[in-house]
Amino acid sequence: MEQENNIKYLENICKNVRKNIVKMIYYAKSGHPGGSLSCVEILVSLYKNIMNITLDEDGKRIDKFILSKGHASAVYYAVLSECGFIPKDDLLTFRKYDSYLEGHPSNKIPGVDVSSGSLGQGLSVANGMALSKKLDNKEGYVYCLLGDGELEEGQIWEALMSSNKYNLNNLIIFVDHNGLQIDGTTKDVKSVDNLDKKFEAFGLNVQKINGNNINEIINAVKNAKDYLNDRPNVIIADTVKGKGISFMENKVEWHGKALNDEELQIALNELK
Amino acid sequence: MKSTRKAYGEFLVETGSKNKNIVVFDADLAKATCTIDFKNKFPNRHFDMGISEQDMIGTACGMALSGKKVFASSFAMFAAGRAYEQVRNTAAYSHVDINICATHSGLGVGEDGATHQCIEDIALMNVIPDMKIFSPADDIATKKILNECLMLEGPKYIRLGRNEVPDVYSLNDNFRLGGSNTFGNGVDGTIFATGATVSIALDAKLILKSFGIDVRVVDLYSIKPVDVETIVKCASETKILVSVEDHNVIGGIGSVVSNVLCEKYPKKLVKIGVQDKFGKSGKADKLYELYGITKENIVRVFKES
Repeated sequence: MEQENNIKYLENICKNVRKNIVKMIYYAKSGHPGGSLSCVEILVSLYKNIMNITLDEDGKRIDKFILSKGHASAVYYAVLSECGFIPKDDLLTFRKYDSYLEGHPSNKIPGVDVSSGSLGQGLSVANGMALSKKLDNKEGYVYCLLGDGELEEGQIWEALMSSNKYNLNNLIIFVDHNGLQIDGTTKDVKSVDNLDKKFEAFGLNVQKINGNNINEIINAVKNAKDYLNDRPNVIIADTVKGKGISFMENKVEWHGKALNDEELQIALNELK
Repeated sequence: MKSTRKAYGEFLVETGSKNKNIVVFDADLAKATCTIDFKNKFPNRHFDMGISEQDMIGTACGMALSGKKVFASSFAMFAAGRAYEQVRNTAAYSHVDINICATHSGLGVGEDGATHQCIEDIALMNVIPDMKIFSPADDIATKKILNECLMLEGPKYIRLGRNEVPDVYSLNDNFRLGGSNTFGNGVDGTIFATGATVSIALDAKLILKSFGIDVRVVDLYSIKPVDVETIVKCASETKILVSVEDHNVIGGIGSVVSNVLCEKYPKKLVKIGVQDKFGKSGKADKLYELYGITKENIVRVFKES
């Protein structure tokens, strides 16, 4: 019962986050709705249930999160706002010249540890943070969210070799596997397929889940910390790009486009 | 005589013994970059990331953001070239406290040839906002500048060389961010130099003296920020201005000095260095002759001016 209530609570937050995402992008007149909406459940589960975001004795957060697919900044800021890092009123200044809420994450933003968004670079940073924890025998996990299109960047695979070499079992990677990127499907653009086999070959423990299901996300992280804790972990989260807004779901054109007045009203109605 | 990479390796061992917060990254070049002695002495604080410079810079940033004092090394070609965007976007834009110690800069690489001779790294690093660039001339300068780097926050690029260079400094000499050191006070001209070309400039200064031409040499060890005041002072006090560097004359210290002159004290500058060409294989001193980075060429410029 308690678990059920908890899931309901998280689902409500997801709904609120989705509303903020479409409003932020509407007011900015630009942004990336599709890939923000696909990973709402992942970020909400992490920040509102899984992660310990309090500080240790050195003033560093116990659990860390790196949004390597930085173009999903709208969902990131909306969730950071749910956690009190960003004032709610600031969200609608997203991408504006007099705002600190940059189009892609900057570590000048409260709660953001490193700037990201030039794809392929976040996993190496996450590795460095996980490695540092190991060196100092510090508790906590480092979470990193990659896009599936982002896996086309070579640096990701360099970094995976490092995760494996240093056996970073305090690292949990999520792949937002929505199957779409700017120019089409990830399969057509660069054959991003057989991901489980690829990650296994690089020495990681692999789980495949429905990435829009909060229960599955929470359980997968539990597994990664429990019986899969011998190696670094990757959770391939099958998601729907544009999730939650009917006309955006699985539509490649909603990768990077703002909603007009009418579209905003339809979207907000659907999120009631 | 000692290479600045060797001095870097010694600095890491000396300072790393005292400061346990120092960690060192390399990309399969520990012997060449001279981080090997640190690796042998403190194996758990040395991370060989393999032939993956982009991953190395990112991982080093993650470590720095966790509070470590980070030194990351590779050849200049790969630290500034291959990993350029990682240095720009992950390190500099996030104001990460990282010391990128790039060895084997310039034609000085020698026999490995053009693919490994980075004659663009000063230009590449100079255009990154917030980046600081140092280019030490000898053993003492390297160690003192690296010590200074420990006190400075943010991204730093330290340009080191492969070959042995003569000692030009004593332990009394000092180095600071935005500073320079001037040798002599001749009024006939100024030679601006950096790194391996400082000793070449000092040799030229001696020869010129025998011809009755009295010049001063300015070591621009801090390339960014550069010592504007000294450049303007030399432009106003001396007749002929020459720069000499193991770097493309486009975007190197000649360009840096020109930028200052253009805004503060318009005056002609003769730029000696790689004249917008790729390098080639050969012994470093032979290449310096071929590309005109020699004391003879400096002397010729002054005699013809």
